Amino acid sequence: MEDAVTTILLLLDSAVRVATPLVLAAFAGLYCERAGVVDIGLEGKMLAGAFFAAATASATGDPWLGLAAGVTAGVALALLHGFACITHNGNQVVSGMAINILVAGLAPTLAFAWFSLGGQTPLLPGSARLPAVAFPGTAAAADIPVIGPVYAILFGKVSVVVLLAAAVVAVSAFVLYRTRFGLRLRAVGENPAAVDTAGISVTRLRYQALVVTGVLTGMAGAYLSIAHGAGFVRDMTAGKGYLALAALIFGKWRVGPTLLACLLFAFIDAVQIRLQGVALPVVGVIPVQFIQALPYALTVLLLAGFVGRAVPPRASGQPYIKER
Amino acid sequence: MTSESHVAPGGLPPWADYALLPLLNLVAALAVSALVILAIGENPLAVMTVMVGEALGYPEAIGYTLYYATGYIFTGLAVAVAFHAGLFNIGGEGQAYLGGLGAGLVALAVPGWPWWAAALAATGAAALFGAAWAWVPGWLQARRGSHIVITTIMFNFLAAALMTWLLVDVLIKPGQQSPESREFDPGVWLPTMDRVLGWFGVTVAPSPLNLSFLWALACCGLVYLFLWHTRWGYGLRVVGRNERAAVYAGISPARAVMLAMALSGALAGFCGVNDILGVQHRLLLNVTNGVGFVGIAVALMGRNHPAGIMLAALLFGVLAQGGGQVSFDFPRLNRELVMVIQGLVILFAGALEHLFRPQVAALFRRRGEG
Repeated sequence: MEDAVTTILLLLDSAVRVATPLVLAAFAGLYCERAGVVDIGLEGKMLAGAFFAAATASATGDPWLGLAAGVTAGVALALLHGFACITHNGNQVVSGMAINILVAGLAPTLAFAWFSLGGQTPLLPGSARLPAVAFPGTAAAADIPVIGPVYAILFGKVSVVVLLAAAVVAVSAFVLYRTRFGLRLRAVGENPAAVDTAGISVTRLRYQALVVTGVLTGMAGAYLSIAHGAGFVRDMTAGKGYLALAALIFGKWRVGPTLLACLLFAFIDAVQIRLQGVALPVVGVIPVQFIQALPYALTVLLLAGFVGRAVPPRASGQPYIKER
Repeated sequence: MTSESHVAPGGLPPWADYALLPLLNLVAALAVSALVILAIGENPLAVMTVMVGEALGYPEAIGYTLYYATGYIFTGLAVAVAFHAGLFNIGGEGQAYLGGLGAGLVALAVPGWPWWAAALAATGAAALFGAAWAWVPGWLQARRGSHIVITTIMFNFLAAALMTWLLVDVLIKPGQQSPESREFDPGVWLPTMDRVLGWFGVTVAPSPLNLSFLWALACCGLVYLFLWHTRWGYGLRVVGRNERAAVYAGISPARAVMLAMALSGALAGFCGVNDILGVQHRLLLNVTNGVGFVGIAVALMGRNHPAGIMLAALLFGVLAQGGGQVSFDFPRLNRELVMVIQGLVILFAGALEHLFRPQVAALFRRRGEG
């Protein structure tokens, strides 16, 4: 019995770890897509964040500078995306694709040139990685039966980025639904002409949204390379940016459901690692690949309206051209 | 999604639109690439010289370049056909993968057939598998209102999962560790071009370039005829331009969307013939290696016209072959530099395609007045 409880707790713990970059990236997508800018470049921005965070942390030994560098890289690419699709009315999907391919090439190229380690950064020492903190009282509570170990497993060692991600969720819920900026942001994704008529700059709002996207994707990448991992390795995002996009759609571009979708996908992944090679009753061993493909299949089914309807922000994907 | 271009006022002559602007965008992309190379600490001019030399300088290199170009022609055409119907097919990667599966299954199933019969059957199977993998997202968009960009991305992941499962658990050669099928019977391998030309007494250096290159050229012609000289091609373009007008003209947008996606997938699927039947001679993981994404760049550079696509595919073939070789000559550079250049070309030729339009238009206006 106690074993089962421990197993579930460890599952939840690893789900939180997997969910953190997903949540950050999905909320990054939430801001820009709510503002009417489609971003399939989440993957590339995350990868850039991961690389520049690790490279800087490795060069300076300071993880906070690393985080700052990752965020800067994310914002720089977000502004590039904005320059292409807000200023020049370019195709948003093409721009996102270009960023993904560019970074997939640029990160290992720079890593190769700077560190000569075959496209990686050196392994970071503990001091160059973002710290994990213990919640107050985890040590003291350890002696309390049941609650103590539970508390210790879940809150004994929490990366600061996990806490940041939790804060991002709470702040986003407030900002998007309770502030003037949030209201305008949502409006510009639905009806930019109306926002423009009200005398608010569509361009400015969309750029602001993209900066938030850049910050959050940079953080998501930094988590992978200098908090969860200890250095940058080639293609370390491994499709997480697209998975975050799937979670965003699965969450129907809303704060709560998007969070739940991220947690669900992460939980599926954690369960999948546990279940590898384990025969289940009735169905037997399910091939790993099927479980890994589940979020993508679910998203396809959802988009097809078989599991409810996912309606994107109405103006998303369309450049706004002011009438003259 | 809006894919139509916003034509700036003060229209340009066609040659400026179709040749000058893409050329300017290409130059801009190469200039930024040069800056990247400079930042790394190598001489961009020397790098580019080596790149071109290693891609076009000697017969074997040309064979490799054309081999890469073959795949890019297929995926470039695939993206273009979908684009003419107003669809952005990001799923070339998955469709090429599935096309390879189709070709491979046929090749495994027909030992003892003459190569040309096997090639016909495998090409048909590649088209069928690729078309099926693209038709589903097309159907989902036409009938269920889902978004083609997102579904095709998801289908790339599903294709990767499916292929990994098939190769790890089903098609793996018995008693072997690495996930690949057994090798095809040598009789059904698609002849390489050096072999074909050898039959006619012409000797060329051996390379992976194979007969599917000719099929790629033929597909350029067929796609041109289809798009601009058939009723279906016309319908497809009308739907891409203006869906409502298409409905008034009695054209069914849903049907055009599904047709465009099926054709697009079939074209991408032919990559499988080039790679699996022509070169690898067995099914294995990750053969596509980004060919679907390069197809986007090729279509954008080539302005979605088969003639332009041929030229753009050649350019990207040079990049793939020459760029891969550059890492041997310059210790600070590696293969991935190619992706940097590809990404920049997509950025400048696609997302920033109107970057230089106002300046060029102003230039033409001034000359017109002066």
